[in-house]
Amino acid sequence: MNPGLGLLRREIAIAWGRGGGLMVTGGFFAGATLLLPLASGPEPERLAQIAPGAAWTVLALSALLGLERLFERDYEDGALDLMAHAGLPLEFTCALKCLGHWLATGAPLAVLAPLAAIALGASPALAPLLFACALAGGLAFAFTGGIGAALSLGTRRGGLLTAVIVLPLFVPPVIFGGGALYAFDSGLPWRAGFSLLGAYAAAAVALGPLAMAAACRNALS
Amino acid sequence: MTLALSLGDLSLSRGGRRLFSGLNLCLEAGQACALTGPNGSGKTSLLRAVAGLCEVDSGRIEFGGSDPGTARASGLHLLGHLDGLKASRTAGEELDFWTRWQGGQPEAMKAAVRRLDLLRLLDLEVRRLSAGQRRRLALARLLSAPRPLWLLDEPLSPLDAHWRGQVLDIMAGHLGGGGLILAAVHDPLPVATVALEIAP
Repeated sequence: MNPGLGLLRREIAIAWGRGGGLMVTGGFFAGATLLLPLASGPEPERLAQIAPGAAWTVLALSALLGLERLFERDYEDGALDLMAHAGLPLEFTCALKCLGHWLATGAPLAVLAPLAAIALGASPALAPLLFACALAGGLAFAFTGGIGAALSLGTRRGGLLTAVIVLPLFVPPVIFGGGALYAFDSGLPWRAGFSLLGAYAAAAVALGPLAMAAACRNALS
Repeated sequence: MTLALSLGDLSLSRGGRRLFSGLNLCLEAGQACALTGPNGSGKTSLLRAVAGLCEVDSGRIEFGGSDPGTARASGLHLLGHLDGLKASRTAGEELDFWTRWQGGQPEAMKAAVRRLDLLRLLDLEVRRLSAGQRRRLALARLLSAPRPLWLLDEPLSPLDAHWRGQVLDIMAGHLGGGGLILAAVHDPLPVATVALEIAP
């Protein structure tokens, strides 16, 4: 097994360990979608109208959970020192950490999101598109979120700072994905929104690790 | 890979405060240097600067003609206060991960486990290990992936008398095989051949 695969496995094991990972993000996601109909009134028509958007928004917020520990735990226990001076290039290391975060939490959420939308009353025809949007959007959330996590290294209450840095970066994918879902639901052309979401995710995967590695080096020095 | 380490007229600041300046050191294969100085004098910072983790104000750090990037990536080990071991993973998983990360071989890892008597501990979570056992696990990394230059920060402090002796033997063996050691210590090392004191 090469070091990259080893790192990926380690990241997933740590994210899933001790009741973290899916239990926290999935629990938050399920709880938020469960509370929404209780708060917004019981009319099924209105609920069905907002269901895809609601599932999509809650998905973006769930992606924030656990982000702040992504680099911090390795920074605190010295593992980031060892990763920075030896082994793979730091950019690649950062990319693998984000990929591990996505595999551990983003990909399972992508399965939950269509289920939640259907439970809220969305048309089942929407499920494949919502699944695809959640997969691509999850990648974008993980890789832009990693930038925020790396920039807030070494600060106290880094979680708050991470959220403040990251939320503006979450706006474009939320708009593109939400637009595609709304267009599909109304029978309008939806491919443009989905393509833009994919392009944003690709850009985040390509450029995010450069920013993360620079932020980590800065925090270590 | 053969290395040498030379520091020339090195100055280092942390947090806007000058730690030391004009530091010189020349270390050849088979030599060890005991780095001494009061708390906060910059011993750890010097080790981190050699590992390329922090910038120096001025001066040069050379690895005997090797490219600094390559020398740092595959020619040195850094063992600090923070050992990079995850509390929630087992000792065996962590040792295996770091061995692969640093390009070590499974046979060398098995030999390191025997040498540091870790076999009984491999199934335990790192959180269950004592400070001395964690340090032995961290030291096993150095033996699992052989690299010439060891940068050690207080390598003996959590160890008991028996393991201090054992680790000093390991260090002597590393030097005998052409390795180099730069160690920040409080008590002089019996194996040290060069002494360097950082005076503020």
